[in-house]
Amino acid sequence: MAGLATSSAEMDLDRPNIDEYLTVESIREAPKKLHLRDLLDISPTLKEAAGAIVDDSFTRCFKSNPSEPWNWNIYLFPLWCLGVVIRYGILFPFRVIILVAGWIVFFAAFSLVHFLLGEHNKWKREIERKLVEMICSVFVASWTAVIKYHGPRPSMRPQQVFVANHTSMIDFIILEQMTAFAVIMQKHPGWVGFIQKIIVESLGCIWFNRTEAKDREIVARKLREHIQGVDNNPLLIFPEGTCVNNHYTVMFKKGAFELGCAVCPVAIKYNKIFVDAFWNSKKQSFTMHLVQLMTSWAVVCDVWYLEPQYIRPGETPIEFAERVQEMISVRAGLKKVPWDGYLKYFRPSPKLIERKQQIFAESVLQRLEEK
Amino acid sequence: MGNASSMLTQYDIEEVQEHCHYFFSQQEIVALYNRFCQLDRSAKGFISSDEFLSIPEFSLNPLSQRLLKMVDGLNFKVFVAFLSAFSPLATVPQKIELIFKVYDVDGKGRVTFKDLMEVLGDLTGSFMSEEQREIVLSQVLKEAGYSRDSPLLLEDFMKVLCKPGMTMEVEVPVD
Repeated sequence: MAGLATSSAEMDLDRPNIDEYLTVESIREAPKKLHLRDLLDISPTLKEAAGAIVDDSFTRCFKSNPSEPWNWNIYLFPLWCLGVVIRYGILFPFRVIILVAGWIVFFAAFSLVHFLLGEHNKWKREIERKLVEMICSVFVASWTAVIKYHGPRPSMRPQQVFVANHTSMIDFIILEQMTAFAVIMQKHPGWVGFIQKIIVESLGCIWFNRTEAKDREIVARKLREHIQGVDNNPLLIFPEGTCVNNHYTVMFKKGAFELGCAVCPVAIKYNKIFVDAFWNSKKQSFTMHLVQLMTSWAVVCDVWYLEPQYIRPGETPIEFAERVQEMISVRAGLKKVPWDGYLKYFRPSPKLIERKQQIFAESVLQRLEEK
Repeated sequence: MGNASSMLTQYDIEEVQEHCHYFFSQQEIVALYNRFCQLDRSAKGFISSDEFLSIPEFSLNPLSQRLLKMVDGLNFKVFVAFLSAFSPLATVPQKIELIFKVYDVDGKGRVTFKDLMEVLGDLTGSFMSEEQREIVLSQVLKEAGYSRDSPLLLEDFMKVLCKPGMTMEVEVPVD
């Protein structure tokens, strides 16, 4: 079973098309006699290396392009200053008040329900769900978010899973506002972790840990259990596994696509004119990210709920994942890239170098035979 | 991060341009500076090996370890000078000189049989045995009129590799 493979082998299985994507100019043409020149001429390989140093498609996925400064002339600059005053001086405190008030109400109601009602009280779950939806709406209001939802609302049925492209943790809040999803998440430190633990658990969440090798099997099992349950909240998965800058989509991990159930794609696209919603977790803490959102004019985005997809006969989970990645990319106007998002944290598997080495070695040996 | 070119004065740009024999335009140097700052995450003034290896396409290159010895710890000026061999304006001899330096990574001025074996080893990995590599290299050296016992010099590289149409060019994306 795929789940039992080691993590580095898993990374290979997850990446079928990289060979086509990487240039293999170092392949020699029709075999001719081997000369010293052919062995000394490493220019194609050096060219690829230099090309990667100068620009590479992976880093581009996580670059937040600074917007062009438009406030540089004498008319626009005072307007911009006025805008700053309004945003930081009026909107921001107002939004903070809304947020704090919302949280107080939420905590009061949630604690009441959580501790007073019994463990398996049906009403408890309903109320908790509604409360979570409410606090998400409060968050959304605190950024003056203008969200356009397209497509049919997700329904509560078993045997389905929702997948979406990932730009920031606010993706979750935006979707959660409409439907109480259960999520699979990486545990964060600090106050975010605290919130995750208390509230999100009530929705039925699955935790994973990127750094643990065995984790994938455990998580796969939990996913399967969750979608069987009739009463469970619909499960939302971000198959990229990491935040991307909303111009590209990186490889969709196959975990969500081999559960044997319907996969409902959701595409999210933020309008950058208002704010760049990309959360670059290496550059900013989540708190700073929220502050940045709350001092912008608005968060404008489109959410498309696409038609549920099923795995086709003869299609592998990887191909299924790519097909859905293509659907979401096309719908949201993003460019598709086959890199694994986890390369942010881990090195690529050496197996890919071996492919190149094998091609070269075989061509050398073959040409050696030619006389 | 702010507009990086504001940290690079016109004076700096001209100095770098001069150092790389004017192979890059001023716009390209600014673009390279943005890239340099992007890779040098902790703003130390040079890019460490680790940061180079975080570029997946680079770490997948068979010669990455050898190249790291050449590019690790370079400041921006020398970084651009290194890349200038890949400019379309660089001459073929200059490109051959870079190839020579990749082989002669410890800078002794000559390329020994051991260097040749190492590079061929990087390019073929476990798909050729040490013995096979020795045989191949000895044979092609002999056929070209060299011996495995005397090291190759830059002139030898020039003679063997100088052919018209050798391209080793990279395009610097200018926004």
